Amino acid sequence: MSVAQVKAISLLGLVGEVVLVESDISDGLPSYSLLGLPDAALNESRDRVRAAIVNSELNWPNRKVVVSLSPAWLPKSGSSFDLPIALSLLSAQGAIPEEGLQETIFIGELALDGSIRSIRGVLPILIAASRAGIKRAVIPSANIEESSLLTGINSIGMSHLRDVVEWLRNGAPDVARTNVSESKFTHENQADFADVAGQKSARFAAEISAVGGHHLLMIGAPGAGKTMIAQRLPSILPELSTDAAIEVSAMHSIAGGFAQRSPLSLLPPFVAPHHSASRVAIVGGGANVIRPGACSLAHNGVLFIDEAPECDAGILDSLRQPLESGNISISRSIGTVIFPAQFLLVLAANPCPCGKFLGRGRNCTCSSLQVRRYLAKLSGPLMDRIDLKIEVDSISRGEFSAMQSGEASSQIRARVIAARARAAERFAQCSWQLNSQIPSQALRRDFAPERSALNFLHDELDRERITARGLHKIIRVAWSIADLRGGKVPTLEDVQLAHSLREKGQAI
Amino acid sequence: MQKREVRNQQIGRYGEDAVALYLANRGAEVIDRNWRIKEGEIDIVARNQGGLFLFVEVKTRSSLAFGHPLESITPQKAGRLQRLALAWLATHRALGCEYRIDCAAVLLHINSEPQIDYRAGVL
Repeated sequence: MSVAQVKAISLLGLVGEVVLVESDISDGLPSYSLLGLPDAALNESRDRVRAAIVNSELNWPNRKVVVSLSPAWLPKSGSSFDLPIALSLLSAQGAIPEEGLQETIFIGELALDGSIRSIRGVLPILIAASRAGIKRAVIPSANIEESSLLTGINSIGMSHLRDVVEWLRNGAPDVARTNVSESKFTHENQADFADVAGQKSARFAAEISAVGGHHLLMIGAPGAGKTMIAQRLPSILPELSTDAAIEVSAMHSIAGGFAQRSPLSLLPPFVAPHHSASRVAIVGGGANVIRPGACSLAHNGVLFIDEAPECDAGILDSLRQPLESGNISISRSIGTVIFPAQFLLVLAANPCPCGKFLGRGRNCTCSSLQVRRYLAKLSGPLMDRIDLKIEVDSISRGEFSAMQSGEASSQIRARVIAARARAAERFAQCSWQLNSQIPSQALRRDFAPERSALNFLHDELDRERITARGLHKIIRVAWSIADLRGGKVPTLEDVQLAHSLREKGQAI
Repeated sequence: MQKREVRNQQIGRYGEDAVALYLANRGAEVIDRNWRIKEGEIDIVARNQGGLFLFVEVKTRSSLAFGHPLESITPQKAGRLQRLALAWLATHRALGCEYRIDCAAVLLHINSEPQIDYRAGVL
C-alpha cells in the first residue's frame, strides 16, 4: 500500500524510454529524496509537487518519502515528471485507486496551484509510448493539438491535478478524442510567388529545385529579391504526408517551437537562421538536453542561409554530413542522438563585400582580391553538393514597370506535383523518391540520359571542365528538368541547361 | 515576548509529559528526562521491554500553521541527536548497548487529548 508505480517517458533526442516512477512512504522524519539521476529542473519538482498536492486539497505525506525513477542509470531531465511523481505519491498513500494507473502514461509539469502546464516534446513522447505498446496517455490539455496527429494512442488532455485524481477515482474511463480541424494549416495565406516581379531564371531554378530537391545558391545584388524567392520556396513544395508532418512536428515539439508553426501544419517548414548562428544552433546540441538545430528543424523543408559567406568558418561545412546522409548524429556525455535532417539547402550571397560586382560591375568598390576571396569562403566541398548556382540580377526597368504580377505559387506547385508524380512512378521499385537522391550507380545503369547528351558530358569530362561527381549531379538536375517538361528521358538540351545551371552560368 | 517564551516552554513541557505517559503505557521505563549538556538536550531517555535504550525527541505544536512538527528536525539536528545519545550512553557507562532514536510529534487540541505521532527509529 505504501509503494506505488506510475509510468512516464524519458526522452533523449527523439528516442523515448518508459520510466517507472516508484514511490515509497515509510515512517521516519519527514524527508523527500528523488533517485534516478535527475537534473536541476527535475530536482526542483519536489517543491512544485508538494505545493500542487497541498493546494489541490490533497494530503502530502509528512513521512519519509523516496521517489525512484527507474531505470536508475538513465539520466532524466525536465519537468514532465511532475504529474507522475504526484500521482505515485497519492497512490502510495492510497488516495487514488491503483487500477487506473496501469497501461497509461502520465506527463505534465505542475504549477504551484495544481494546474498542469504544457511541456516540450509531447509528440515524440507519445510516439515512444505507442511503440512501447501503451494505449493511453494523460497529457497537459495545452498540448492536446500535438497528439491529434497520432492514431495509435488515446491521449487525454487534463488541465488540473484535481481533474486527474477525480478521473482516476471514477475508474479512469476512456475519453473520446477531441477533433481538431485540419484544413486551415495548408498552403493558403502563405507568401506567394505572384509577389516576385520578373526574375524569370531564378523562378525557374526554384522550380527545378522544388521538383528534384536540388540545393540552390543564389548570388545577387542586395535588394534583388533573393530572400523573397527563398521564402516562397515552401509554397511551391507539395504538402507533407502525415508521416512526414509527424516527423517535422516531433522535431519542433522537442525544440519547443510551436510559436510560429502549428503542430498540425502540413506545410514544409522554412527555417532561416541568421548568419551569426553558432554551430550548435545549426546542427543541434546541448549539455543536459540535446536539442535539434536549424538543419533538423528544416527537415522535410527548406533551410535558408542568407549572406552565406558571412557565416563563421566551418559552420556551413558542418552541414556537409547531413547533406550527404540526411541525418545528423550528435554525441555528448549523456549519449548520442540522431536527428533526421533532410532539407533543401538554399544559400544566398552577395557577389562581393559591397554587393555590386554583377553584370558590368560598374559601381563595385571592392578590389579584385576582395571579390575573389569573398565567394571563396563558400568551401569547395560544400559548393560541390550544390546543384543549382544562379545569379539573381537586379530587376530591370522594363520588368518593374510591367506591373504584371508573376505566376502564382499554386500554378507552379501544380507543375511541381505533376513532375514529382512522374519521378515517383519511375522510382516505384527504388528506395528513393527524388531525383537528387538517385545513387550514381543507378544513374549510369538505369537512369542515363540520351546518347548525345551523354557524349556532351563525356566531352566536358575529357576537357576537365567538370568532375565525375559533377557529371552525376548534372544528370540528376537534367532528370528534374525533363520531369518538368514531361519528357521520358533527359535530352541534350536538358543536360546543357542543367550544366549551365550548375556551373554558374546564366540560365535561359 | 517574554510571555510567549514562557507559554512555549509550558507547551513543550506538556508535550513531553504526554509522550512519557505514552511510553509508560506501552511498557517502557522512563529513566531520564531533559538530560542537558553543553551540546544540547535529550527530552526523554527510556528503556523498553527488550532492554533497548530509546532516546526520544519531542516536538509539540498547538497548530499545524507552521507545518508538521517533525519537519523542523533538519539533518543537522538529527545528527546532534545521534551525538547526544552516544554522550548519554558514555556518561552512564552503557556504551555498546543497543539503542534507538525516536521522534514524537505532539499536536495539542483545546478540548481533547493531545494527538501523538510516534516515529520509531528515525535515523
